[in-house]
Amino acid sequence: MHGIFTIYRKEMEDHFSSIRFLLITALIVMVGVIIASMVGMSMQEELKGMAKPDFIFLLLFTSTGKLFSFVQFIGFFGPLIGIILGFDAINRERSGRTLSKLVAQPIYRDAIINGKFLAGVTMITIVMVSLVLIISGLGIRMIGVVPGAEELWRLLIYLVLSILYISFWLGAAILFSVVFRSTATSALASLAVWIGLSFFIGLGGSLLADAIAPMNQTADMEQAQDSFVKNADVQRAASLLSPATLYGDATSTILDPLRKTPRSFVLMGPMERLSLSRFQNPLPLLQSIVIVAPFMISLIAITFVCFGICYAVFMRQEIRST
Amino acid sequence: MEKEIVIRMEELTKRYGAQTAVNRLNLEVLEGEIFGFLGPNGAGKTTTMLMLLGLTEPTSGMVRVCGYDPARDPLKVKEMIGYLPENVGFYEDMDARQNLRYIARLNRIPDEVSAGRIDRLLEEIDLAKEAGKKVGSYSKGMRQRLGIAEVLIKEPKVLFLDEPTIGLDPDGTNWMLDLIHNLSRERQMTIFFSSHLLEQVQRICDRIGIMIKGKLVAAGPLAELAQRGLGLEAGEAYTLEEIYMKYFKEA
Repeated sequence: MHGIFTIYRKEMEDHFSSIRFLLITALIVMVGVIIASMVGMSMQEELKGMAKPDFIFLLLFTSTGKLFSFVQFIGFFGPLIGIILGFDAINRERSGRTLSKLVAQPIYRDAIINGKFLAGVTMITIVMVSLVLIISGLGIRMIGVVPGAEELWRLLIYLVLSILYISFWLGAAILFSVVFRSTATSALASLAVWIGLSFFIGLGGSLLADAIAPMNQTADMEQAQDSFVKNADVQRAASLLSPATLYGDATSTILDPLRKTPRSFVLMGPMERLSLSRFQNPLPLLQSIVIVAPFMISLIAITFVCFGICYAVFMRQEIRST
Repeated sequence: MEKEIVIRMEELTKRYGAQTAVNRLNLEVLEGEIFGFLGPNGAGKTTTMLMLLGLTEPTSGMVRVCGYDPARDPLKVKEMIGYLPENVGFYEDMDARQNLRYIARLNRIPDEVSAGRIDRLLEEIDLAKEAGKKVGSYSKGMRQRLGIAEVLIKEPKVLFLDEPTIGLDPDGTNWMLDLIHNLSRERQMTIFFSSHLLEQVQRICDRIGIMIKGKLVAAGPLAELAQRGLGLEAGEAYTLEEIYMKYFKEA
């Protein structure tokens, strides 16, 4: 434990003084504020003269305003925070020749990875919590609504989900930093996996679905329906491999209790309107949690898988200074 | 007084695929000794050191450092030893004092204790004036001296120095050799140091091991090696270079 704490402390100091982290944080905070104010303004306009809908406070985070919503933004670019925090965690020490010195100190080797991971998770938490607080503050001022208890709970669960999601990318980036000796390679590998899993898995999923369960164009209505459902099932199963889909589905359920499907916000177009595909009454919080729990567990599981590989590789690696 | 055996290797072997880096090494190093580990580049000196530190696992054979197996009890071993890798690196954007404090913390030395030690060490390595500068601006000589300070801060029993004088100017080399000599004589540290610079080894080492292509071809005090290798009588003049070249040609 002592080793983890010492490394954690040093990593935190490094993060706070690193310029690239300050830059990305500044960028994200700026964009968050812009989104919040845009959404707030468009909501003021749209809601003029109307009865206030349920969970209006959560709409601050989920409605798209003129461009995209906050939830979409974090779904897209949140992983970048994780990648930036982790892609050079181990190989920077290797190229700086400090790693051989570090592993010769009386600490367990996994303390190095754990300390760095925990420091990264702390940074992610700080960024996410402050973002949500900024938007909430602006939102309260702009639309003049105070969040209710249930909305706060939902926001809290959303925060936990987001931190888990970004932490997965941090873990993946640390894994690449263990596997690859050069920081440029590990950064590019992380980005490639991020793009692949976030944007192209849907495409791959539909190709796979067409190959496994092609849609029947027959006159028989029942058969056609059947094949359509099968095709959709395969597509969905494939897309669940992507952490972006897991995260998107989970957040949409938790933040928008009126939504009928857990289809993600992330993959939906900016033209989506609030009134489409909604229930008359909101899903109760508990039911939302029941839907979200498997997604959450999957996110935790894939993070652990990432970590497991990371340990296995790092523990066996021979560390030379030359 | 019988001296304790600090480092013991029996039939130690390390293979990388088909290549044997270290081949059935048998060696003992006694307490307070300066042991010079000689050999050309790529002879397996660093690999041997990594096995002694528990940083890589031996393929077969036995290692004991201070009575512990470095592969099984890495923390026990690492608490007692100090390791200066070849071309040691530092956290470039921290100053000397911060680098030293980080290493001290990793060794569970409380800041109150380490503060005094750091000041003393900085005096000793003559970096007290530059201690506030970032290590990124240090010269090779200063970095090597800082490396030694990092190793000494935990007050180890055994020092492993991998090519500690490589790339240093004559002045720095002399300083380093004197320091190693003093550490052994005044603080009774056991020092295991690898080098391929013969005069330096000859100057300070009590015993010498010559390693060529993964095999330890000779080990013992210099005079003994001279007698065995060159067939000289006691009192005849010799240099380590003659002995080394003799073994090198044979191997």
